[in-house]
Amino acid sequence: MANQTVIETHQLSRHFGTVTAVDQLDLTITGGEIFGFLGHNGAGKTTTIRLLNGVLAPSAGTARVLGMDPVVDGPKLRYHTGVLTETPSLDDRLTGRENLRIYADLFGVPIAKVSSRVDELLGIFELTERAAERVGGYSKGMRQRLALARALLHEPELIFLDEPTAGLDPVATRHVHQLITRLSREEGRTLFLCTHNLEEAQQLCDRVGVMEHGRLLAIGTPAELIRQTYKLLSLDLEVAAADLPLALAQLSRYSTLQVQTLNHEQIRMHGIARDAIPELIATLSAAGVHIYRVNPREPSLADVYFALHEEATR
Amino acid sequence: MNRRAIRAIVRKDLKVTMQNKGVVIPLLLVPLIMFIALPSLVGLMPLLGNIPDSDLAEIQLLVSRMPPTLQAEFAGYTPLQLLVVMMIVYYLAPMYLIVPMMVASVIAADSFAGEKERKTLEALLYTPTTDQELLLGKLLAAWLPAVGVALVGFVCYSIVANLVAGPIMGGIFFPTPMWLILAFWVAPAIAGLGLVVTILVSSRAQGFQDAYQMGALVVLPLLALMISQATGVMFLSTGLVLLLGAAVWLLDGALLWWGGRWFRRTELFGRL
Repeated sequence: MANQTVIETHQLSRHFGTVTAVDQLDLTITGGEIFGFLGHNGAGKTTTIRLLNGVLAPSAGTARVLGMDPVVDGPKLRYHTGVLTETPSLDDRLTGRENLRIYADLFGVPIAKVSSRVDELLGIFELTERAAERVGGYSKGMRQRLALARALLHEPELIFLDEPTAGLDPVATRHVHQLITRLSREEGRTLFLCTHNLEEAQQLCDRVGVMEHGRLLAIGTPAELIRQTYKLLSLDLEVAAADLPLALAQLSRYSTLQVQTLNHEQIRMHGIARDAIPELIATLSAAGVHIYRVNPREPSLADVYFALHEEATR
Repeated sequence: MNRRAIRAIVRKDLKVTMQNKGVVIPLLLVPLIMFIALPSLVGLMPLLGNIPDSDLAEIQLLVSRMPPTLQAEFAGYTPLQLLVVMMIVYYLAPMYLIVPMMVASVIAADSFAGEKERKTLEALLYTPTTDQELLLGKLLAAWLPAVGVALVGFVCYSIVANLVAGPIMGGIFFPTPMWLILAFWVAPAIAGLGLVVTILVSSRAQGFQDAYQMGALVVLPLLALMISQATGVMFLSTGLVLLLGAAVWLLDGALLWWGGRWFRRTELFGRL
């Protein structure tokens, strides 16, 4: 499935009465990609997951997922998708192992492989020792790990993860990040990741989409979104202390730059275009300024997210 | 139909239900009262004290109002035997039917509304089961134990009735043909009715208690049947019980057809 279109939506919409949960969503996701779906609570992320799995019918528009129409081929499609729901949705009165065994049957894991697959996942998620205990006694992190194990039972090609690291401690979070990376990079699976954790999205995702009130505000790689949103950057420059006056004189020729001296050998510039950086450095160097360090201060995905959100709510 | 998935839903629901004390206690207590305590009390009544002649006369008056075919069945019984037969064979019959209905309703309420309440329905809806498999699994998870309890209860009731009232009746007198039809034809249909109504109600209920209370209204026709018998308005006979069973099966089929039309996970998700 690598590089093939795995998800394609066209004007996909869902209304609940007068509320529009998903509004004319156009989305294309390719195989093996880790796609981050960002947005506030109620932005339409979970509804989109439901629509793409055929468990909720769209009000308008179409979707193709793994070459199937979720509305028509829902059950067949769900053999190939795994979903980690926002709440773990586990049976508290059953043990961890029972929860997995029942879902292995529901997902059609070959009978001969059920025990080994369940044991394997319990091991991967470090739940083997507590597997015989009722889930009601599990911590939030353990429940999240068990729900993740359940989503992966049938080795789905396309995995939807709704807040996969919510409630996990830093070690477990890192473990999940490594797992997500492995599922995509080593096993070629496609991951559709809904998250509020913008750092996580920037770190893991090949591309991200930002949702607001059901509308897709922006889509692209984190770097693309940053470039689209912030045309001008800040740049920190470290020069030889003796060359500071010369550097400042050279920079004064650029009328659009705001220059700030940080200390006797550091300068910060605001409002420089990314493409103008090489030329500026070359000019300074040609003038005899000894440059020790150039540090473009790029905005993060979080900055982009909040900027887009502000723009949308303005 | 994916039978493995259906079995998994039944297994899951039964395991989850059996862990719920609020469900299991009434499931044990009510059949114990209906199938053991009540027939024991009726059978032991003559041994515990003298029954006033006025009570026996009232029973005879009631018999005199019955259709001639039923009166012929009672010919030759002593007043005491008549009392035992009236109680064990006729008056307790509608109460017997309450048990499969109650068991089915309780389990169905826990299985649908309870699952919604516990927020476990969402994961189930994301599985590859079809809507029909999901519905069938849920129905069987409630129907099979209800019928099981009814049949085991019928065997217990038969044993207790013969043990305690056999000496008065002069030997084994139970089950009668009417009771065999009641146990094997009507009780499964009544269990079906209880659970179909509860499932229909559950989809709109907020939780287990809500669904169970609303679903419990379905017991009213059985209470009406009990009152009809006690007041002599109507008496259960083999023919009537056969007809009653057929009517309930038809009603089950109609409700199931109607319910199956709207039972769509896409609708359920819209309400989650």
